[in-house]
Amino acid sequence: MRRVWWKYAAIILLIYTFIAGFLLDVPRLPILHETIRNLYFHVSMWFGMIILLVCSLVYSIRYLGNSDLKSDLWASEAAKVGVFFGFLGLATGMLWAKYTWGAWWVNDSKLNGAAASILVYLAYFMLRNSLDEEQKRARISAVYSIFAFSLMMVFIMILPRLTDSLHPGNGGNPSFGKYDLDSNMRMVFYPAIIGWTLIGVWIWQIRIRMALIKEAMYTLEDSQKRE
Amino acid sequence: MIQEIKFLLQKEILLEYRQKYAFGGLLLYTISTIFICYLSFKGFIDIPGWNALFWMIMLFASVNAIAKSFIAESKGRQLYLYSLASPQSVIIAKIIYNTMLMLVLSAINYLFYTLFLGNPVQDKLMFLICLVLGSTGFSIVLTMVSSIASKAGNNSTLMAVLSFPLLIPFMISLIRLSKNAIDGLDYIVDYPFILMLSAINLIVLILSFILFPYLWRE
Repeated sequence: MRRVWWKYAAIILLIYTFIAGFLLDVPRLPILHETIRNLYFHVSMWFGMIILLVCSLVYSIRYLGNSDLKSDLWASEAAKVGVFFGFLGLATGMLWAKYTWGAWWVNDSKLNGAAASILVYLAYFMLRNSLDEEQKRARISAVYSIFAFSLMMVFIMILPRLTDSLHPGNGGNPSFGKYDLDSNMRMVFYPAIIGWTLIGVWIWQIRIRMALIKEAMYTLEDSQKRE
Repeated sequence: MIQEIKFLLQKEILLEYRQKYAFGGLLLYTISTIFICYLSFKGFIDIPGWNALFWMIMLFASVNAIAKSFIAESKGRQLYLYSLASPQSVIIAKIIYNTMLMLVLSAINYLFYTLFLGNPVQDKLMFLICLVLGSTGFSIVLTMVSSIASKAGNNSTLMAVLSFPLLIPFMISLIRLSKNAIDGLDYIVDYPFILMLSAINLIVLILSFILFPYLWRE
């Protein structure tokens, strides 16, 4: 029970997010109206993605330090779950854009940066698939992962702030914090981020355990064949 | 280390001078592409199109040019090089060589492009700055990606797939800056883009410098 308390916490936080997110009052803003509730989902997804990709970065750097294949496994699975959250972030964003800006996709630098970042990480997976030898694959994908993460930070944090953007908080628009986050929204927003991130970490842990079990199975099969 | 870099750079330039393999191929590729574009557009092209097409041709020519930078050496020679020079010198020398190649490429590209499709550029100095920043950026990013792809079996598809996402935002800023130069806009508009492009170049250079030694271990 002691080691899984956070999983229960994640479930409770998310149920709270869903219920409170839709039932509590939100400030009325021009154009946005009730869609501001998407903040709990869209922004939390991106937070979750960044946190998981930071974990991937940390384990990649660790691999370069200790050459332990386990670190490499942790890094690649974190990247997979991170990209999944990225896709969810893009999907929720597109849905939001359709109802506020009028189109599924607009020529906005943050959107372009986000799409490019997802493509960069998809290229990471392609790179991993093209290498066979384990140590080499781990080393090269660790290098590329560090490269990719740094560029991703540039693409989605720095680039949009320098150019025109429709997104709040970039390109001359005041960020959400100025409008409304000092009211009820904060009460749902922060637990939402924590809840989604914990779910992401849970998925990551399950994937790691699955990969380890598969590996143990193959080793067992191999040794049985040899007998 | 500076000595090593100078020596490696001299070796690359000498090899190129003797064989003219990469340079000749690049020249042919660029001129053919420009000629085909000229024929497709029948010589008439509006300014946004001119701009976008110019950078597209630069992008594909650079990817082709720099893809060859790490594959030309055989296994035996690479081992020899590994025992002689430090990895930092190798990557810096390759980056400098590729930057020089890219600068020459962009000059040729601009020349032939002007020949076939006209020269609507109003602010030539800013456009030149844009070319220099672009060439440097392409060279640094593509050299790093080429070193990664060379370890993965030199699949040219991999090289393209790895490099395009990394170059997309870079290209966006570059095209915006070059459009400003073509339109002859005031310099104050350009500062964020120049800052961004220089920042990306610097970040990628530092990352390559730090990360290349890990790739270099056989």
